[in-house]
Amino acid sequence: MKTDKKQYKEMVKKASPKSSTALNCMRAFFVGGVICAFGEVLHNIYEALGASKDHVGAYVAITLIFLAIMLTGIGKYDNITKYAGAGASIPITGFANAMSSPAIEHKKEGFILGVSAKLFTIAGAVIVYGTLSSMVVGLVYFLVQKFSGG
Amino acid sequence: MSKKHGKQTVVFGKPVGIAATASVVGAKEGQGPLGTSFDIVEDDMMLGQKSWEAAESQLVKKAIDLCVKKSNTALSSFDYIIAGDLLNQNVGSVFGLLEAARPYLGIFGACSAMGEGLALGSMLIDGGFGDNILVAASSHFCTAEKQFRYPLEFGSQSPPTASWTVTGAGAAALSHNGGDVVVTGCTIGKMIDMGVKDASNMGAAMAGAAADTIMTHLQDKNLHPSHYDAIITGDLGYVGSDLLLQLLKKEGIDISQNHKDCGIEIFDKNTQDTQNGGSGCGCCATVFASHFYPHLQSERLSRILFVPTGALMSPLSVQQGKSIPSIAHAVVIERRGI
Repeated sequence: MKTDKKQYKEMVKKASPKSSTALNCMRAFFVGGVICAFGEVLHNIYEALGASKDHVGAYVAITLIFLAIMLTGIGKYDNITKYAGAGASIPITGFANAMSSPAIEHKKEGFILGVSAKLFTIAGAVIVYGTLSSMVVGLVYFLVQKFSGG
Repeated sequence: MSKKHGKQTVVFGKPVGIAATASVVGAKEGQGPLGTSFDIVEDDMMLGQKSWEAAESQLVKKAIDLCVKKSNTALSSFDYIIAGDLLNQNVGSVFGLLEAARPYLGIFGACSAMGEGLALGSMLIDGGFGDNILVAASSHFCTAEKQFRYPLEFGSQSPPTASWTVTGAGAAALSHNGGDVVVTGCTIGKMIDMGVKDASNMGAAMAGAAADTIMTHLQDKNLHPSHYDAIITGDLGYVGSDLLLQLLKKEGIDISQNHKDCGIEIFDKNTQDTQNGGSGCGCCATVFASHFYPHLQSERLSRILFVPTGALMSPLSVQQGKSIPSIAHAVVIERRGI
């Protein structure tokens, strides 16, 4: 053919429609904001109910995770993320969705080789690099402390 | 006399009849522009089965059973069943055809399976190796998502270039003597690598293969595109079709007047949120079986070049940085005696 790979790359770029970054950012901002604001509401409710400061955060997280997994189970959370993108995948609810969706999907392959083995297929990378980056931050903090004589 | 014409094209000694076709699709396909054409529309994505994979097998089984019935030929008279799908080890076809207990040839050509099957089946009949052959191809949205992307309930966004895998199975009964619609020749495509690495833009990856096969076919038989009422690609979608027309135009071939794409035909992109269009082995298999084949029967079309397209990749090869080689096979299908 007369078209080489380099020319084709340009043709593909021109022919392929792009996602609207501005629209996606706005949706992410809105939905992500709603999730976080809802977390604050829960925070206030638990505080008003007399939960101690140490426990309130855990209660909020547990509630959000529960709701996200429930929405995943009834097939709604993926629709929210499809609309909101990072707005729904970055909060803890997105993490809950990433853990529960493979568990549901792979139940057919059994509890050992299906559910438990596939549970971390998406979330695994988040856990590994989350842990790694917190170690790096910890190391930097330690060195800064040491050399600044703190 | 050799049946081979030019570089890659064969013309059969005697036209091979398509005695019957059948299609079974999912609910979304049933709601699409071709919804009323399909033989069976299944509202339950699980088809009463316990897994998506078993559901896909059920699609294959139903399509084959119906095709056999429509062909008025006993299942035992079919010499081979040729079938393909997208799943590892072709389990969609395997478990769907297990009970049929006929000699089975499993094929993999990604979404080009129906083209590969029709070409091989016709060659077998023309070669005298069988009288009746069943060809089938299938795909299921949920099995494809599970194998190639993410779990179904995982929330993610896909770019506008991504296609929607068709839930459906199409089947055709090839016969050495029956049918007003016949296969008269085919062009087996080469694998073409245009360097596309984006698994969310398969239309772009496959357009090169479609262009190469169509161009080779026309050159081999020294034909003008207008020889065909329609040149029908498998699942290039909007992006791939645009690129196909551009690639061929550069070669001095204009198919813009008679090009159609099954991926564009099957869904309404404005109301069904299917982005680049439909894809999967079941896409062109069902659209051919229930749209173009009846049009050939009713003389709305006289001669078509059916060009199913396939992206030969796995999630593994893409993760390892390989580009996506693609393939397209062209099958000449026309009314008997034109």
